[in-house]
Amino acid sequence: MGELKLMKGNEVIAEAAIRCGCDGYFGYPITPQSEIMETLMEREPWNETGMVVLQAESEVASVHMLYGAAGSGKKVMTSSSSPGISLMAEGISYLAGAELPCLIVNVQRGGPGLGTIQPSQADYWQSTKGGGHGDYRLIVLAPSSVQEMNDFVELGFQLAFKYRNPAMILTDGVIGQMMEKVVLSDYIPRLKDEEIEEKYGSWITSGRKNSRSRHVITSLELDSGRMELNNIRFQEKYAKMEEDEVLYEEIQCEDAEYLIVAFGSSARICQKAVDVARAKGIKVGLLRPITLFPFPKEPIAALAKQVKGMLVVEMNAGQMVEDVQLAAGCSIPVKYYGRLGGIVPSPGEVVEALEQKLIGG
Amino acid sequence: MTEELIIAGFGGQGVLSMGKILAYSGVMADQEVAWFPSYGPEMRGGTANVTVILSESRISSPVLNEYDTAIILNQQSMDKFEHAVKPGGVLIYDPNGIVHPPKRTDINIYKIEGTLIAAELGNVKTFNMVVLGAYLKAKPVVQIESVKKGLEKSLPARHHKLIPMNLEAIEKGYQGLELVHAAV
Repeated sequence: MGELKLMKGNEVIAEAAIRCGCDGYFGYPITPQSEIMETLMEREPWNETGMVVLQAESEVASVHMLYGAAGSGKKVMTSSSSPGISLMAEGISYLAGAELPCLIVNVQRGGPGLGTIQPSQADYWQSTKGGGHGDYRLIVLAPSSVQEMNDFVELGFQLAFKYRNPAMILTDGVIGQMMEKVVLSDYIPRLKDEEIEEKYGSWITSGRKNSRSRHVITSLELDSGRMELNNIRFQEKYAKMEEDEVLYEEIQCEDAEYLIVAFGSSARICQKAVDVARAKGIKVGLLRPITLFPFPKEPIAALAKQVKGMLVVEMNAGQMVEDVQLAAGCSIPVKYYGRLGGIVPSPGEVVEALEQKLIGG
Repeated sequence: MTEELIIAGFGGQGVLSMGKILAYSGVMADQEVAWFPSYGPEMRGGTANVTVILSESRISSPVLNEYDTAIILNQQSMDKFEHAVKPGGVLIYDPNGIVHPPKRTDINIYKIEGTLIAAELGNVKTFNMVVLGAYLKAKPVVQIESVKKGLEKSLPARHHKLIPMNLEAIEKGYQGLELVHAAV
């Protein structure tokens, strides 16, 4: 059984990385996620597990260090906040194109541009639909508690290696800065070079042995015929993720007449809103997508047959609402409520929006 | 039981660390806890506030629009949070620096001369612990024993010699709480 602690979400990301046997972290400081690297530097894991922690000269450098290290089969990660992730976007597209497993943490802040340092969820589209160029997908996990910040580090790595694809933890300043109780995972030893060779020897660039052909890791394929085959293989991989890896949580949905859909910190706020609304006699439930890609289309489609309407609550101008509308179809109203620019909606506002946009309307 | 609390004042008054010690005390008493700070570019002298939730059951939102208790330590925070106390709830303030005292009649209002008592104790840095003591008198959400354990847990070992002084400050605050107005 793990250790019980009171910690900030950001600190927990760092602690979970050390404990899950991560080989390397490359990053560049930015609010509101700087505690991740600060905690790593304080913990000095290079003395304990041998994990490398490196402050790169920029986000662009960090993501390409990630590319190089991931190519050798190592368990590596980076973290940043929205503007920093935009700087990494080219590298993320290359990672997806070269099919390299790695973990990227985005502790979102308000945008566009440098925006604000306050919490936001405005990078939903960037994370789930691309961000960089080309037809690619990231596995996107959206924690809504400090405990999930711990749990999703190892889960993210597992999925990344299972599919040879970058995984992202998409969170925000609320979860990153908040302290809650957390049960830290037990230590998993870092893989030895021989173990990495045994597991991933079919593709990694770990030095050519006489017995095998040369491995080349690249996203480049100038022959369009072959590139199309690559693309088809990627799409099959993404379809498989949609089949097997969808995660979501349903709260008080059994008898619900209305449904709120929200992820991450918004889902926490909406959980309170559900309690307040139910106390007023409104039968409302909450569906919380945990994986944003793959998106929980089927449970939403199923609930669309049960409820009279859905309200999607997100700290952006209405992004996930499009995916919910696609999944729910046209038979019921699917409305949006959100706050922008780093303003976090309160549970009271959500209940009001529910009454005005769905029940009254 | 769930206690939803906001502590609001100036940066440098120890608002965040007071919340942290309370949160640790909650952990020591085997409660669910959430500690959510306002974070921003402001440092000493700017406004600072923290939401602390202690509960027997799973905590939903760390972001709230009304509170069971507000501890208010400057005028800006009074302007912002007096109206956010639930009817029948508790407001505790330090009159030092408050120009317009709270006017609501539907809540329980207490004052604590935290600045004064801390100065009398000879260490103004104990201000937040005086206020914490006053809060625990008004709302005994955790035992002093848990607070002691919370201090041990939240302070690095090199500062453990300061724990007796902090406990004294908590005791003084506990005794110093004054009821200004009982909810009608």
